[in-house]
Amino acid sequence: MEQQVFGMPKAMKPEQTLYCPGCGHGVAHRLVAELVDEFGLRDRAIGIAPVGCSVFADKYWNFDVISAAHGRAPAVATGMKRGRPDSFVICYQGDGDLAAIGTAETIHAANRGEHFVTIFVNNAIYGMTGGQMAPTTLIGQPSQTCQLGRDAAMMGHPIRVCELIKDLPGVAFAARGSVDTPKNVLTVKKHIKKGFQNSIDGKGWSLIEIVSPCPTNWGMTPRKALTWLRENMLEHYELGVFRDCDAGNGGGA
Amino acid sequence: MSDRVLMKGNEAIGEAAVQAGCQCYFGYPITPQNELTAYMSKRMIEEGRVFIQSESEIAAINMCFGAAAVGMRTMTSSSGPGISLKQEGISYMAGAELPMFFVNVMRGGPGLGNIAPSQADYFQCTRGGGHGDYRTVVYAPSDVQELYDYTFLGFDTADRYRIPTMIAADGILGQMMEPLVLTEYKQPTDLPSKQPWQLGDPSTQEPIWMTSVHLGEGKLEAHNLKLQKKHDLIEANEVRYEETMLDDAEIVIVAYGTSARVAKAAMLKAREAGIKVGMFRPITLWPFPNPQLNALADRIDNFLTVEMSLGQMIEDVRLATCGKARIHLHGRTAGGVPVEDDIVDQLKKILASKGDEIIRNF
Repeated sequence: MEQQVFGMPKAMKPEQTLYCPGCGHGVAHRLVAELVDEFGLRDRAIGIAPVGCSVFADKYWNFDVISAAHGRAPAVATGMKRGRPDSFVICYQGDGDLAAIGTAETIHAANRGEHFVTIFVNNAIYGMTGGQMAPTTLIGQPSQTCQLGRDAAMMGHPIRVCELIKDLPGVAFAARGSVDTPKNVLTVKKHIKKGFQNSIDGKGWSLIEIVSPCPTNWGMTPRKALTWLRENMLEHYELGVFRDCDAGNGGGA
Repeated sequence: MSDRVLMKGNEAIGEAAVQAGCQCYFGYPITPQNELTAYMSKRMIEEGRVFIQSESEIAAINMCFGAAAVGMRTMTSSSGPGISLKQEGISYMAGAELPMFFVNVMRGGPGLGNIAPSQADYFQCTRGGGHGDYRTVVYAPSDVQELYDYTFLGFDTADRYRIPTMIAADGILGQMMEPLVLTEYKQPTDLPSKQPWQLGDPSTQEPIWMTSVHLGEGKLEAHNLKLQKKHDLIEANEVRYEETMLDDAEIVIVAYGTSARVAKAAMLKAREAGIKVGMFRPITLWPFPNPQLNALADRIDNFLTVEMSLGQMIEDVRLATCGKARIHLHGRTAGGVPVEDDIVDQLKKILASKGDEIIRNF
């Protein structure tokens, strides 16, 4: 008897990806889609496509998608979820969107404990505009706008969002994972699942940060990018759960 | 329900919004519209609806974007500096064809300016203010009753055309108390359903993409031409204005909002002095009553615009009248309010002047 053990999630459209070879967005999109299916949320899910490489997330996700202005996704998510509490809102953002231009919206949505999930793809660079410095660019890492490498004295430090936000009372869950290995991908899925469950249970805001490669703008092959991610990004961006309202360390709204 | 009450303008807008079924209100404090946000914080929660004091005007307008996208009757309010911050979101909503009603209780500018009444956001209101090819419908009430009534219409017009609509008020209208009849809201029966496009609705079969981005060659142009058709329809159907004593008029005052109330009193005073003056009051600032003013210019040689700004609405009056008449300006700024006798004096000067001379009060 034949049994299908792997296939395209229903929440994913059968589209060829436009993301660059080795990009982490595809994996992140798919994890979200798998969980939308597993939780049976496709008819009431709304994804937010931010400004950045994932602006065309609608091309891949087979559920409602809205494109928000740069950085404003958490405010748009707030309006949708408050207006239609039976919807399931997935706020998908990159590092520039979430931690630079949209910092205020992020912190205040977290602080209000809004009942949506934020998927934060941190690849330490602006992808769509062609490789400019992000708030999460590492010290010494070169980019189009810090060609000699990021200098803390002039350009500040790479922001650790999970650590920054974990103590806000409205945060139900904050975890950082990486898509560099199959094992880590499965852990990310576990984190997102937790976020989805929190959102369904009305426990508050959940943040899943995904450390992700950008070979094109890092100027590396996909394989080299994964090595660089492991040796550099994971040094600064420690993987783990920083806040879990069910684990007795507070949180929730 | 037709209770007669005494209410502040800002609160009258709030009560009208509640009566009109506003489901979500998002606001941020700014003078001189604070009573409106405060009123909504109480009434919306009493009614079990959504109220959020947002972290910024930018967040408030983007909350409107989200709430409107899931089909809610949605509203925000502010004053000029806050409306400046909201313009990005208003542009996105116009692009995504989302209905939303908002209020600008104008104060003095530019910059932080002051908190005195002003009409200096006329350009900001009528020229979109945000980026790109779009329009917003602008109502300019001139008393508290009209603030109430045009709030109803603002919500309905927004839903009818899927477009942001607004009230342009000023600090005087927002702050003053006047008697008001709390008429009952009756939603028009012909408003289009939101079901085909609202997000998160389990009854919708196909996934919906709500966006203002159209990257393929020619796609944005096609989209904008579709918006333009809607704008043409609004220009044809939604122009509102009031005419007073025009039949025998030799000179016509054009004024809106608070300025129109002073101008009307000035007109009556001038009439007592034997000046044949009438008044034309645009109630929609966009669409502007172009055909009506143009027709008037066929028999009127002199118009005097009275505005609490230094020559903003006058540009629309010039455009409407196509050079057929002399357009004079009585402008006050940054909290200055026109005075009846000054307007009467200027009317006299204009009628005594000759040739192409344009007379302004400053």
